[in-house]
Amino acid sequence: MSAADLSVRLGAMTLANPIMPASGTFSEDLADVFDLDLLGAHVLKTIMRGTRAGNPVPRVCDLQGGMLNAIGIPSKGIEDFRSRMLPYWQGYRAPLVVSISAHTLDEFARLCAEVSLPGVAAIEANISCPNIEADGNAFAMRPDTTAEVMRRLRAETDLPLWAKLTPNTGEPVAVAQAAEANGADALVTANTALGMAIDVRTRRPRLGNGMGGMSGPAVKPIALRMTYQCARACTIPVIGCGGIATLDDVLEFLIAGASAVQVGTATFQSPTVMARLVAELGDWMQAQGLASLSEIIGSVEMPEGEAA
Amino acid sequence: MTLSPSVLSVPMAPGVLPRCAEARCVVRSNLPVNGEYRLLTLDAPPEVLDCQPGQFFQLLCPEPEGEHPFLRRPMSIYGYDAEAGQLQFLYKVAGAGTRGLATLRPGGMLNVLGPLGQGFSMPQHWQDLLLVARGVGLATLAPLARAAQRSGRRLTAICSARRPELAMSVDLFRGYGAEVIVVHDEDGSSTPEALRGLIEARIAAGRVDAFYTCGSSRLLRLLQDLGQRHGIPGEIAMEQQMACGLGMCQACVRPFREEGGIVQRRVCREGPVFPLLEAIA
Repeated sequence: MSAADLSVRLGAMTLANPIMPASGTFSEDLADVFDLDLLGAHVLKTIMRGTRAGNPVPRVCDLQGGMLNAIGIPSKGIEDFRSRMLPYWQGYRAPLVVSISAHTLDEFARLCAEVSLPGVAAIEANISCPNIEADGNAFAMRPDTTAEVMRRLRAETDLPLWAKLTPNTGEPVAVAQAAEANGADALVTANTALGMAIDVRTRRPRLGNGMGGMSGPAVKPIALRMTYQCARACTIPVIGCGGIATLDDVLEFLIAGASAVQVGTATFQSPTVMARLVAELGDWMQAQGLASLSEIIGSVEMPEGEAA
Repeated sequence: MTLSPSVLSVPMAPGVLPRCAEARCVVRSNLPVNGEYRLLTLDAPPEVLDCQPGQFFQLLCPEPEGEHPFLRRPMSIYGYDAEAGQLQFLYKVAGAGTRGLATLRPGGMLNVLGPLGQGFSMPQHWQDLLLVARGVGLATLAPLARAAQRSGRRLTAICSARRPELAMSVDLFRGYGAEVIVVHDEDGSSTPEALRGLIEARIAAGRVDAFYTCGSSRLLRLLQDLGQRHGIPGEIAMEQQMACGLGMCQACVRPFREEGGIVQRRVCREGPVFPLLEAIA
């Protein structure tokens, strides 16, 4: 067991280490594989207010260097969250981050108020799921809709509020700044990239939903770029997410400016990966003689002419 | 250097036993069985060998030439033997994952995750068991046949195939004391109509307490119909495309009949074995 101090600060929160799961790739089922209190935080799959069946199968598609998914946020609704999920997750020490989403501003605001409960450490606003509106549309595609939704959510909760952004926008910096200006306490960069795959024999899309979100090592450079852009342009902490599978991936995101990272698709390949990353990061810190991860966060050295 | 099977060890919460483990297994053999199937035998660590018939593993398949399987591939267990430290999979080379498996040579390494899912149940009052499956679906029933023999059940296996020589595991089922009936497409004995007559004759003779099957929608519909007419329960091992295999991603759902309506269940977690009458073909 490593003795290194891996703690990181995310605004008012302190995490024991910067490794946490990405929403949608984590559930109590993983407790059968390793001790979930090894993680810096627990980020739950997005819930919506009502019940929702999710998308038709096939919901995932295997690609070189990653996968597409169009799960479609099957949700058992707010009541299931209150009565079943929250009591279960309160049994852990790691802070609980609840991911929420909705189709309308009113529903989003109402859900935000409803999940602001004792035992919830932060709310991650999934304003970027590419699979619930046509053509991947989402609040985080534009600065104005991002500003509007974050303002509404901010008014409903005193909990730390994270905005999960999308790599599908052409204005990532303006969207990030709109989130910060309207009350976000942290940014998560980023959700999946809207993609598509076709079976050439049947000429049908390989996902039941037609399009879906790309994740895995293939999208890592895009998420890393966005993490760097947002960390440079905003003062609130940024949480990196996209294709992280190895210690070097974690370090890349921290150096680019992320204060913590989320690991998603890598868990599907190796369900023990997050536990290993925590241990490897501790060993690395000791080997480097670093006292705090703050020494490497945002330490990227850009070529001359590039503002770092 | 000789490789030995090992488990990727990670800390568990106090008092919690891992339900499954990620392990590196060593390939003992990987041989063609007949024209279509291969049998993969692995040396596996004990942590992954406490299996139930009907459970499955998620295999991290090697990359075959020019292809790049990314996700693990679910594969039902063909055989497990904790004493011998062995795990077996019977597979048909069909896609990038199984093409990758076919490249494994003795001494090579394969990363497996398992055992996963809920296996077959075998209540005490199910004494006369009828196994019906086709093609590689028979592989899933092989560990069940062994368990049935060990608990002294009477066993009949109807093995369906395109041609008689392609019927899988006939000798294996006989070895487990089963009466084996091979049906095939060439003489028409494998059609649902022909099977209906065959199975109804056995039901009339009072020789079927429960059905077990795997995979085929045609067989599922036939057995559901016979089960409802004659009040015979049963179980089916089902398939669905998966990502995580543990229940987190919700990719592998299928609809099931429940009192009060249709529900979605995860094949990897609530299954892959389900009550026959709740399954939807």
